[in-house]
Amino acid sequence: MLEGRSRAFYILSAVFALYVLFLYGPTITILVLSFQGPQGGMTFPMNGVSLHWFHNLWAGIGVPNVVDALLNSLQLGLAVTLITVVISVMAGYAFRQKFRGSNALFFTAIASLILPSIVVSLGIALEFQLINGSIKSLGDFLYENYVDIENPTIWSQILGFIGSWISDNFQTTMGLFTSGLGAHLTWTLPFGLLIMFAVFNRFNVAYEEAARDLGASPWQTFRYVVLPMILPSLVGVALFGFTLSWDEIARSSQAVGSVNTLPLTLRGLTTTVTSPVIYALGTVTTAVSFAVILTAFLAVLFVQARRRRHGSDAGKGV
Amino acid sequence: MLDVKSRWTPYWQAAPLAAVFFVFFLLPLLVTFVVSFWTYTGYSIDPAFVTDNYATAFDKCFASLPDLCTTFRTYLSTLKFCLLVWMITLTLGFTVAYYLVFEIKSPTTRIVLALLTTIPFWTSNVIRMISWIPLLGRNGLVNQALMGSGLIHEPIDWLLYSSFSVTLSLVHINTVFMIVPILNSMSRIDKSLIEAAYDTGATGWQTIWNVIIPLSKTGIAIGSIFVITVVMGDFISIGLMGGQQIASAGKVIESQINALQFPIAAANAIVLLAIVLVIIWMLLRFVDIRKEL
Repeated sequence: MLEGRSRAFYILSAVFALYVLFLYGPTITILVLSFQGPQGGMTFPMNGVSLHWFHNLWAGIGVPNVVDALLNSLQLGLAVTLITVVISVMAGYAFRQKFRGSNALFFTAIASLILPSIVVSLGIALEFQLINGSIKSLGDFLYENYVDIENPTIWSQILGFIGSWISDNFQTTMGLFTSGLGAHLTWTLPFGLLIMFAVFNRFNVAYEEAARDLGASPWQTFRYVVLPMILPSLVGVALFGFTLSWDEIARSSQAVGSVNTLPLTLRGLTTTVTSPVIYALGTVTTAVSFAVILTAFLAVLFVQARRRRHGSDAGKGV
Repeated sequence: MLDVKSRWTPYWQAAPLAAVFFVFFLLPLLVTFVVSFWTYTGYSIDPAFVTDNYATAFDKCFASLPDLCTTFRTYLSTLKFCLLVWMITLTLGFTVAYYLVFEIKSPTTRIVLALLTTIPFWTSNVIRMISWIPLLGRNGLVNQALMGSGLIHEPIDWLLYSSFSVTLSLVHINTVFMIVPILNSMSRIDKSLIEAAYDTGATGWQTIWNVIIPLSKTGIAIGSIFVITVVMGDFISIGLMGGQQIASAGKVIESQINALQFPIAAANAIVLLAIVLVIIWMLLRFVDIRKEL
């Protein structure tokens, strides 16, 4: 263990290499197969190389909502990312002090992370069903009691108008950006919170004290001292926020209403589509994930390089 | 900063987080619990207080013992997947973490290799399941290779849409949940303790068993909680990789939702929740998660 390489090292290296092959091998297989020729099938051998299945995909594969699903997931992912970063930073700040209920909130976050997604998803669906039901009965109640009544007043007219509006227009409160967004946040926020815990547990308070001593307001301290220091970690939170939302399926399954996200569409396609077009969709999805991961890494490297360039040379000797 | 802050500061800072969890997590759980006592018709769910849904979930289960009813068999099969996946991911995760912490000397290499094991976590699970199809299918690469080498004459059928492919896929997706926490615990172990063990004559296995495993206990427990709860509630992998033919606790709930039997689904969800909470409670006796961050 101390000098030279032991036999254990070579055995474990082989195990590790096999594990990495196990991790990436299948994905690489479908990346390759998505370039299958027009006559090719779902498995090897490759029957020529082409972009046929990508064209096919873009044309909608006869399932018109594939592109919609992609755009839905993209929009939802961006919203989830932004909200996750903001809420996590605020909560991370809050947890630096003891406050009443902090333990309960922490354990709620952990529970949200580990309790079965199907339960969370079903719960959100039921909750929104009840909300819908209440709004509809409110509409009916207002309609019956305030429309076409004798001696209408201005108030009864307004209530009647609300009642008839609900009866005529109201469909559901469930949707991508209501229940769907909430379902995703229950999954991304615990990760964001844990990252912020790790960040602030290692954060040196002296920097903030110095800023305060020099007359910075709390907001200035955050904006010019804390934020630049925690920026790489925020990139990490954003990375988790987007990728987890982009790939989320279990919690979305019951909670997005009538629209579909990309993973849900993909799951549906596995039973109906029997051509490599599904691999093409897989390749596109994975490409988006990798683009986001790469962007995050480059952003972190950029921040660190900038820091080295502009940082103080104090303590580095002459 | 601290003395300028009013004592209300942490409350408004934590408020958005608390609000999200209240509206989209706590309230839904409460609603599920309440609805599990309701009645339903083909198109509506109606307030009531009946225990019929639980009775339906465990239809004749206790009367027919020692024969197992469908519900018990489903839970038993789910627990079996849990145990199998847990053992494999633990062994694999522990080995990988051990390799990264104790065999890789350069910190940069360690970070790069650790990232290599984490990156797939940020890609789509559904894709990672689908990608087994060209390998394990009847005409897949594995069957082609085995037939080509003359080891078998007929393609093997149980590679895909079977318990085997479900287990494989669950291990594939969830090993990272073991690696990361164990890595975290292991990298805090003081290296001089390992040297001390060797100096006092411990063999490699003795060091692992008596020094490294006890000191990685927290990571192992956290990873175990993750893997077990994920597999316990899984319905996506078991559905996709089992060809929709293998039952699981999560799938039962899903199919009841699809049949619009919401109160029965809710009752099953509460039962699943209770089982998962008991498992977590048992595992938590080993660790204090908050100390680990």
